[in-house]
Amino acid sequence: MRLRGSALVMTLYLLFLLVPIYWLVNMSFKTNTEITSTFTLFPNSFTLRNYVVILTDPSWYMGYVNSIIYVTMNVVISLTVALPAAYAFSRYTFMGDKHLFFWLLTNRMAPPAVFALPFFQLYSSVGLFDTHIAVALAHCLFNVPLAVWILEGFMRGVPKEIDETAYIDGYSFPRFFIKIFMPLIASGIGVAAFFCFMFSWVELLLSRTLTSVNAKPIAATMTRTVSASGMDWGVLAAAGVLTIVPGALVIWFVRNYIAKGFALGRV
Amino acid sequence: MDKTQNNKAWFLVLPVLVIVAFSAIIPLMTVVNYSVNDTFGNNEFFLVGLEWFEEMVTSSRLHEALGRQILFSAIILAIEVPLGIYIALNMPKKGFWASVCLVLMSLPLLIPFNVVGTIWQIFGRVDIGLLGHYLSKIGIDYNYTNDPLDAWITVIVMDVWHWTSLVALLCYAGLQSIPNAYYQAARVDQASRWSVFRYIELPKMAGVLLIAILLRFMDSFMIYTEPFVVTGGGPGNSTTFLSIDLVKMAIGQFDLGPAAAFSLMYFLVILLVSWVFYTVMTNLDKEEGK
Repeated sequence: MRLRGSALVMTLYLLFLLVPIYWLVNMSFKTNTEITSTFTLFPNSFTLRNYVVILTDPSWYMGYVNSIIYVTMNVVISLTVALPAAYAFSRYTFMGDKHLFFWLLTNRMAPPAVFALPFFQLYSSVGLFDTHIAVALAHCLFNVPLAVWILEGFMRGVPKEIDETAYIDGYSFPRFFIKIFMPLIASGIGVAAFFCFMFSWVELLLSRTLTSVNAKPIAATMTRTVSASGMDWGVLAAAGVLTIVPGALVIWFVRNYIAKGFALGRV
Repeated sequence: MDKTQNNKAWFLVLPVLVIVAFSAIIPLMTVVNYSVNDTFGNNEFFLVGLEWFEEMVTSSRLHEALGRQILFSAIILAIEVPLGIYIALNMPKKGFWASVCLVLMSLPLLIPFNVVGTIWQIFGRVDIGLLGHYLSKIGIDYNYTNDPLDAWITVIVMDVWHWTSLVALLCYAGLQSIPNAYYQAARVDQASRWSVFRYIELPKMAGVLLIAILLRFMDSFMIYTEPFVVTGGGPGNSTTFLSIDLVKMAIGQFDLGPAAAFSLMYFLVILLVSWVFYTVMTNLDKEEGK
């Protein structure tokens, strides 16, 4: 009885999650006339035209390439700087460590709207405007603190004796860190990378402010569909569907890590 | 764990400091600078002191936006936290279906904010959207572009759709870490379902739940893109939350001074609430460690 109740709750909840997505997918396979003139639950005249538009027009598909480039850069940068810092926070006390940790977290709390304009000016003045690295660095603002926070939780779970044994065995710090320590917290790194990917992929305000042509993310490109001839709903829906795909792929690959990793660490 | 006192650990933290300083301190200082200056263009600034702050503290526009923001965050937390816990309790514990649930539930989290907005914009429209179409068919006069209440409901349902999974996933992780022995002991004692929840599951979830509440509070307080895409802050000003108002002021009207003063106070409010959460959280951690 109890099991059935749970299944029902989950089914309802998943339906609630999936119906709006279904509607988007449904629309992406319709022609614009079908979308605006009739109301159908399934595409009557099934068409791939909307996807063809996106995949053949460089100004569309380059949006995806740009997004993927800066998200990857951001994940790499965030993890590279966050790993040693998280190790320091989990193993040592040092002057001002607690204040520093909270200060880092405050950056995760800063509304991006506050930073949009200063970022624009800062990156313009150092000549980074409209480059992938600019967006990647800007996203470090909230991803680095988050990565440090998550990794610190995982590292605290690794007993300190392991470090000491490694030093007695003659490992140097960098070698110990890469050869022994990182494999131990692999699922933590996976979870941190997942969260960095997620928050960088979905962020729009900063990435739109910092780019104009060369590094324009797909999410910003989507605003283009409002043209003189009215909304191009079909292409808009297709573009939306394509932005979901990379996320879905990432989830599929890390699904075991999420289940395991969530339980181990603090996030 | 006992930590060693070692001030050289600063070197390990240094890269983080450099990168965050570049992307946080410099822009923040620029904002502080704007907030005490006025300009007539041509990059000529002159000091006006706290004038902008005074103007903003007394501005009714800010008060209204703040009121809406607090109401919004309160409603969001009141719906998403209990619902998230409830979903987490009902998720399958392991096996194939657990993976399926995990993947499907994470899906809304990985959709770019403006696409979330687009999905609900389309979904709610009376002419082409599934929801709007059926609501008007059964005779409910629903139109989120004209009616403030409908706009609010749409934005709230959208946020619940978007973020409840995060709360649920975090709680689920907390539940997974409860050893089976606890449940067996409860069964021996013939504990009711409610007391199992109250005395076993809730305390074990407390840590992750606080993280979830903290994240949800911060993010709902900063919400910008989704309502902007769906309602554009309208109808009228009814869904103009703080961030939307701020961007309107800073980038739309280029009122840098007031916008900067506004930003700083906005930031301080978030900081204050988060600090309270954080303190509670670390105290909980310490108690657990004992």
